[in-house]
Amino acid sequence: MVGYRLTLGLMLASALMLVHAQTPGMAQVMQISESPMDKPLSGFHFLTPETRAMQQDDFANPGYLWVAAGAEAFQQNVGAGSCASCHDTKAMVGVATRYPKFDESAQTLINLEGQINQCRTKRQQLPALALESQGMLALSSFITQQSQGMPTSVSIHGPAAPWLERGKAYFFQRRGQLNLACHQCHDESWGKMLRGDQVSQGQPNGFPAYRLEWQSLGSLHRRLQDCESGVRAQTQELGSDAYLALELYLVWRSQGLALESPAVRR
Amino acid sequence: MTDQPTVRLSVPERAKAGEVIEIKVMIQHDMESGYRRGSLGEAIPRDIIKHFRCSMHGETIFAAEFHPGVAANPLLSFHMRAQRSGMLTFEWIDQTGVRWSKQAELAVE
Repeated sequence: MVGYRLTLGLMLASALMLVHAQTPGMAQVMQISESPMDKPLSGFHFLTPETRAMQQDDFANPGYLWVAAGAEAFQQNVGAGSCASCHDTKAMVGVATRYPKFDESAQTLINLEGQINQCRTKRQQLPALALESQGMLALSSFITQQSQGMPTSVSIHGPAAPWLERGKAYFFQRRGQLNLACHQCHDESWGKMLRGDQVSQGQPNGFPAYRLEWQSLGSLHRRLQDCESGVRAQTQELGSDAYLALELYLVWRSQGLALESPAVRR
Repeated sequence: MTDQPTVRLSVPERAKAGEVIEIKVMIQHDMESGYRRGSLGEAIPRDIIKHFRCSMHGETIFAAEFHPGVAANPLLSFHMRAQRSGMLTFEWIDQTGVRWSKQAELAVE
């Protein structure tokens, strides 16, 4: 952790980071509950004014098509009962801020999509929704939108701790023909130009997000696959343990950022 | 494409007679241009909406023709002068003639 913090402090030419590096607390071993990013910046920060305007206009933002479909699906009486027969919509506020989390019954880490499928198979007696299907994106974006504006608060203690370590290792692992680690672009080089775009910090707070490149809403895991194929690496499966661990690390790393889903991203 | 795409409408519920109101509509559609290829090099066939029409009392208020250059999930924004109350009908027709429509009530006082 100290090495990581020093690397950040040394390599980022941000005045803010340099000031922070001189504060007395810096030399101490970082508490695990503390996010490694000093001041996380949402992907929103790196968008053009036009794309920002698109996200902020609730009508022009196409992500709300999925949110609207999800609001309907939430009430729809299917299987052993609708989502709403157990959950009040108001009770969904803040739920998305706590995922991914370690699930005691499944004895594994699950994200919001995993929770939706667990509800479907265990409570509603329905088949699981395919990840990235329209039905899944509708429900996940609707539920995440209920927490819009709220900061994430994932647990990284107890059984979640090894998952965080695994996610962190993934983030720092060089991969692909380009031999790049997530960390090299999104910790060391954010703010710099990569062809026509500014490299972002790789924050997950906008997902599920409407990406202009996709012309569709998509999950964080789909975005991770894009990053990996970008460095010409073998992509992992959607919902795989590797991506769940990475998701936990990314969400923890983004601590303090408000959820923006459905965000618009380039 | 799903059989029943999500449609979002933004129509004021009421307007004063003679008032100019803004109407916004969005439909979920891939608007596949036909110019793209998949990861295996196969051509992805064109699948687009061709026509849009907004009407009231059988009279066309606004109509549009779409082409392959239109992005997915097309958003339209237009203005109309509110004259009498009635049901606004919005319809989209795709290249094969499939039609989707949605209505909204406008009260003019």
